[in-house]
Amino acid sequence: MTEPRVIRFRLNGEWVQLGVAPNELLINVLRERLHLTGTKYWCGIGECGGCTVLLDGEPVLSCLTLAVDVDGREITTIEGLATGEDDLTPLQRAFIEEGAIQCGFCTPGFILTAQALLRENPNPTEEEIREYVRGNLCRCTGYVNIVRAIKRAASEAAKSRRPGPAAGAASG
Amino acid sequence: MNRFNTHIIPVEFEYHEPRTIREALELLARWGEDAKILAGGTDLLVQMKMRRVEPKCVINIKRIPELDYIREGPAGVRIGAATRLRRLERSGAIKRLFPALHRAIGWMASVQVRNMATIGGNLCNASPAADTAPPLMVYGARVKLASVSGERTLPLEDFFTGPGQTAMRPGEMLTEIWIPRQPEGTGSAFIKVARTAMDLAKVNVAVALTLKGWSAFNVRIALGSVAPTPMRAREAEAALEGRPPTEGLLRRVGDIASEEIRPITDVRSTAEYRREVTKVIVADALRKALGMVRVGGGVG
Ligand SMILES: Cc1cc2nc3c(=O)[nH]c(=O)nc-3n(C[C@H](O)[C@H](O)[C@H](O)COP(=O)(O)OP(=O)(O)OC[C@H]3O[C@@H](n4cnc5c(N)ncnc54)[C@H](O)[C@@H]3O)c2cc1C
Ligand code: FES
Ligand code: FES
Repeated sequence: MTEPRVIRFRLNGEWVQLGVAPNELLINVLRERLHLTGTKYWCGIGECGGCTVLLDGEPVLSCLTLAVDVDGREITTIEGLATGEDDLTPLQRAFIEEGAIQCGFCTPGFILTAQALLRENPNPTEEEIREYVRGNLCRCTGYVNIVRAIKRAASEAAKSRRPGPAAGAASG
Repeated sequence: MNRFNTHIIPVEFEYHEPRTIREALELLARWGEDAKILAGGTDLLVQMKMRRVEPKCVINIKRIPELDYIREGPAGVRIGAATRLRRLERSGAIKRLFPALHRAIGWMASVQVRNMATIGGNLCNASPAADTAPPLMVYGARVKLASVSGERTLPLEDFFTGPGQTAMRPGEMLTEIWIPRQPEGTGSAFIKVARTAMDLAKVNVAVALTLKGWSAFNVRIALGSVAPTPMRAREAEAALEGRPPTEGLLRRVGDIASEEIRPITDVRSTAEYRREVTKVIVADALRKALGMVRVGGGVG
């Protein structure tokens, strides 16, 4: 059974089916077989978060996930969030507006992780943001703008949930 | 031969996805030492990438529902070995009953790793730095091991036999962790000293004690990264047992613990530093645990 197994999983909303060897990593299947290169390979040992994808909505590391292990599950990669510049998510827009992207290598991982954070905790404090993204490394920005972008996306979402002058939530 | 990290897993293996414990045990019996259990993979896959382990067969236990649970009962809480750390972190029962364990888990790695990693994997990997070990030891946790020929349970303390070594025999797997409810008036705490938020501990410590009147009873102190296995500091415990936890005594208990440990110098820290920091964090953890008793309202 070291020969390929056929797996089927939902990738960015669509079912895909392919044969994978047991020792194939999810990251390689995404990047090399399905040509979704938004997911980044960086450290390969769990320490940088560059390869983060959402598995059933929760951030996990595709560099330490066997492809066979996602059979029947749902995977979201950065390509699944928007189809183009016109329908960027609030987080994606906030990253651009706050200058949270320099080389951009870490950005897909940060955005997916932050998306999971905001779904769990729509109004996080700075400390909660830093805590949640501590497994995502950025060698360019120094994190300040990234944290600010996540805060901005959170407060914009709060504004759109509560139209009108919402006390507290609309600052920043 | 390559012993470095690669972007692939340079080992070929048979892969199995059992749905029941029974099926997993039969596979283990058939493959013996050639098989490795895959839980979250956050230790195993890193080791396979570096060819430190090269199993011929990988048994993924994450699709076994009977290994994934947190059950609160009158005597304590039972946890399935393949329960993910993130689920434990979110559990109200764990937070309320075992705050030192809850703290230790929240401090580990990153949210991504905690979404993948299991509590059983943390114990079976048997790193001297495993963060769940000291808190589970001070709460008196027991582990259940199963094989095709039956089950046995043992105190977690007896489970660790050396770095990467456990009391599990070939063909056995860990199925459950049981943590007894702590007596009224118990406080507990966990402290970790590490290079960065993501790193394994230089030293970690968990303590638990029960206050009766002015005195401390059931004093338990467990440390990680300071010996070949996570260890209890029994002399330090004995120095506090039955006595009022005065500031002077707490400091002396820290000093005794620092004499009891057997630290080495490695990439994370030196033996000397580990001894010095142990003094401080043991006393700190005891102070915190005493504070938790009051917060819990067990004692006025
Ligand atoms: C970036 C990073 C940061 C980390 N930080 C920390 C940290 O701060 N603290 C810490 O303690 N650890 C840390 N770790 C180590 C690791 O994440 C934990 O030890 C984790 O709990 C391992 O669980 P797992 O389910 O991923 O184990 P796996 O990798 O699946 O398994 C580990 C070992 O245990 C065996 N095994 C697993 N389950 C069973 C079972 N039920 N019965 C028998 N054998 C079994 C496997 O065969 C393997 O040998 C970190 C790892 C990474 C990659
Ligand atoms: S590439 Fe996966 S965590 Fe760094
Ligand atoms: S923008 Fe370059 S690594 Fe983060």
